[in-house]
Amino acid sequence: MSDTGIGARMQRKEDHRFITGKGRYTDDINLPGQAVGYFLRSPHAHAEIKKIDTRKAEKAPGVLCVLTGEDAAADNIGGVICGWMIHSKDGSPMKAGPHPVLAQGKVRHVGDQVAVVVAHTSAQAKAAAELINVTYKVLDANVDPVASQKRGAPQVHDVASRNTVFEWELGDKAATDAAFSSAAHVTTLDLVNNRLAPNAMEPRAAIGSYDAGEDHYTLYTTSQNPHVARLVISAFVGLAPEHKLRVIAPDVGGGFGSKIFIYAEEVVCLWASRRAGGVPVKWVADRSEAFLTDANGRDHVTRAELATDANGKILGLRAKTIANMGAYLSTFASSVPTYLYATLLSGQYNIPNIYAEVDAVYTNTSPVDAYRGAGRPEATYVVERLMETAARELNMDPAELRARNFINSFPHQTPVIMCYDAGDYSASQKKAMEMIDYAGFEKRKSAAARKGKLRGIGFSNYIEACGIAPSAAVGSLGAGVGLWESAEVRVNPVGTVEILTGSHSHGQGHETTFAQLVSDRLGIPADQVAIVHGDTDKVQFGMGTYGSRSGAVGMTAISKALDKIEAKAKKVAAHVMEASESDVEFKDGSFSVKGTDKKMAFGEVALSAYVAHKFPTSEIEPGLKEGAFHDPTNFTFPAGCHICELEVDADTGVTEIVDWVAVDDFGNIINPMIVEGQVHGGIAQGVGQALTEAVVYDEGGQLLTGSYMDYCMPRADNLPSFRLDFTKTECPSNPLGIKGCGEAGAIAAPAAVMNALTSALGVKDVPMPASPQNVWNAMAHLREAAE
Amino acid sequence: MPAISMTVNGEKVCGEVEGRTLLVEFIRNNLGKTGTHVGCDTSQCGACVVHVDGKAIKSCTALAVACDGASVDTIEGLAQNGKLHPMQEAFREHHGLQCGFCTPGMIMAGIDIVKRKGKKLKEETIREELEGNICRCTGYHNIVKAIQAGAAKM
Repeated sequence: MSDTGIGARMQRKEDHRFITGKGRYTDDINLPGQAVGYFLRSPHAHAEIKKIDTRKAEKAPGVLCVLTGEDAAADNIGGVICGWMIHSKDGSPMKAGPHPVLAQGKVRHVGDQVAVVVAHTSAQAKAAAELINVTYKVLDANVDPVASQKRGAPQVHDVASRNTVFEWELGDKAATDAAFSSAAHVTTLDLVNNRLAPNAMEPRAAIGSYDAGEDHYTLYTTSQNPHVARLVISAFVGLAPEHKLRVIAPDVGGGFGSKIFIYAEEVVCLWASRRAGGVPVKWVADRSEAFLTDANGRDHVTRAELATDANGKILGLRAKTIANMGAYLSTFASSVPTYLYATLLSGQYNIPNIYAEVDAVYTNTSPVDAYRGAGRPEATYVVERLMETAARELNMDPAELRARNFINSFPHQTPVIMCYDAGDYSASQKKAMEMIDYAGFEKRKSAAARKGKLRGIGFSNYIEACGIAPSAAVGSLGAGVGLWESAEVRVNPVGTVEILTGSHSHGQGHETTFAQLVSDRLGIPADQVAIVHGDTDKVQFGMGTYGSRSGAVGMTAISKALDKIEAKAKKVAAHVMEASESDVEFKDGSFSVKGTDKKMAFGEVALSAYVAHKFPTSEIEPGLKEGAFHDPTNFTFPAGCHICELEVDADTGVTEIVDWVAVDDFGNIINPMIVEGQVHGGIAQGVGQALTEAVVYDEGGQLLTGSYMDYCMPRADNLPSFRLDFTKTECPSNPLGIKGCGEAGAIAAPAAVMNALTSALGVKDVPMPASPQNVWNAMAHLREAAE
Repeated sequence: MPAISMTVNGEKVCGEVEGRTLLVEFIRNNLGKTGTHVGCDTSQCGACVVHVDGKAIKSCTALAVACDGASVDTIEGLAQNGKLHPMQEAFREHHGLQCGFCTPGMIMAGIDIVKRKGKKLKEETIREELEGNICRCTGYHNIVKAIQAGAAKM
């Protein structure tokens, strides 16, 4: 292994600019003559718009234009769309209400965008927005997802009767019901998967710029997938065809899913720039605006059941879930509680019968879509809470119950679509148990009790499906796009390399790990490799970064393009060294001729390819540049075992996580330092869900958690240091053998925390987030017993 | 509009600002130093931490006019003659950053912790002192390690 090749703990190439203040995020970019866009937003959760009077605002100092939904309709600016079609069990297509870029006729959540003011300065735009007079007829709000389907609940969209977007099912209901009838034991849990705000530290931002001379638009935006943004804004919003629209996602300060989606503000900045005569229009969300308008995550209400026989063998699993979609269907919202959720309900276990029903509902709250893990954390939460609860009810060790039901042979076809290709679930559980000294837990629990602390331990044996491909498979499930990835390798005449990738890096470290792959393959140092991404004018097309897909899909595309580079370079080298191509070998960055001392470094061959003096250009084209598109043959299936140990202060309800071990199987690992960082961050987000975070609306639909004063982000002192290790089964569906690591921590963590907490308290459930108050309430039985 | 002057990263700067202009707006918009970030509007996240007269403050919560005559240090001024500050070096070495957005504030806060608490920092001290800085990417694990290592080398 070289210092910069696959497997090296190489320091990140991108870090220098970030640690010196030279990162270039969207808000750091200022275009000449730039104006500011400010959005007037609805103060009501649900209201009809009777009239909007913008006359005073238009005359206010510094104002260039004021635009409303009526203007958008007049200019044929389409709405934003949901790109994944789900059909209900009766075969009917999902009921997607319109999502105009500025409200038309009705507002559907607090923060819904009503008008935009474009002015020279931010202060002018805000002052002018105060002068817009909107006459609302306030309607009752529908906030509770469970109540939303009841007769008489306020209707969010006319098209969706009883606020129901779809009633979807997966699995064999009759067979599963039969399995439950024959069960020796049934475990039932009612679980709420709390609504979360993704909270990338960089708030969303956009600059739209229209060039009247070229009739061409440029959008700078905080996006995880600029090409998909361009596709949607072209094909569905209809603002401009793709060749007339350039989308640039420069440095992006975290995404976690929330920057996958195409948001109204991006469209409005582009359109407003044209309406303001070509003045670039910049909008930067403040944090309050982010809380109101960023797509949220999770928000499931589920009844889950697990059927077991007398020996603890699982016979079946049933789940009925109500998934809150919010007021509009965001870009991939419909896929999250369906194909990214119910398909993982088999967990790591042999479960012969599974049946899931999911009702997706509209409410007068901000939209809900993919957030780190997207459906898979919800599935893991159901499966792993059921396993731990079942073990307690059956008086079995939870580790033993899991071990008895692990899938041990591969490939394994589950009853819910997925075909797991490789894994060793016993190995990761065994290692995790050794690391945390599972056998010594009772001693530690007694020691904790002596100092007034309730100590608990909880497992989470998660599995996830990453890559989200092959394209034909996701297409058959309703995806409106293919989920392949593209790459182009440009070798310069001096032998340095540029990689153009459709993946987008917003913290993942692609500039380092992708360069490590090239370094490994071509035998050149990683600092001679540049990674180009995030600009539709530079990279032809790409599907972006989400679903832990950039390694398994994006890097495989690069690898395929490198195969082509190597093949062509071999031809060139053979001619230059006057040898037969079959005698040329490429190793450690050099082409050599078998049985001779003839040798050329990679850079020399690159130069020869461009000079083109020594090979017939009628047979071999000059230059050295190749591209590839890669569509995987299967999802990848990272899995692992996380164990959380925590202590609860019985007097205050404060929970402290005292130990955490994670043993993950990500297949081959390109850079362990970066992979560990991904796991740390994922666990922290999962712990945040379990212990501190929740988006809360009041009955009228007002957001109560609209700032960091009220929405409790995990701080450094809420978390322990984590202890990580890995097991490895190579992924058979890509040549690099990698599975993906970006979401694992967030998928595993909530169940581990809540299993530990319920074990500490001796209760069946505590609502997430398990704030001191929720924990204290859950301890009422202990206080009563003491009295 | 009031005219103000201050020393930023050792250089004399001046400008006209509105009374309501925040220090972070002056630094980012007037001076074009965009390494100092704004991540919230309630003085919680710490992405905007700079040093004013040697002490860490949140530049989103100070008026530019209130810093008239002050000496301000931002992330851009830490490296000297092309040599990184030990705290910057430690963040890179220990992978204390991912998306980089909170990083300038974390590094400025980290240096301030060392000034106040010394070079030998316990993990729990660092965790407690970071209460005013939010990171969403790293789970703080490597930030804590980086500050500990950077402190030892300062």
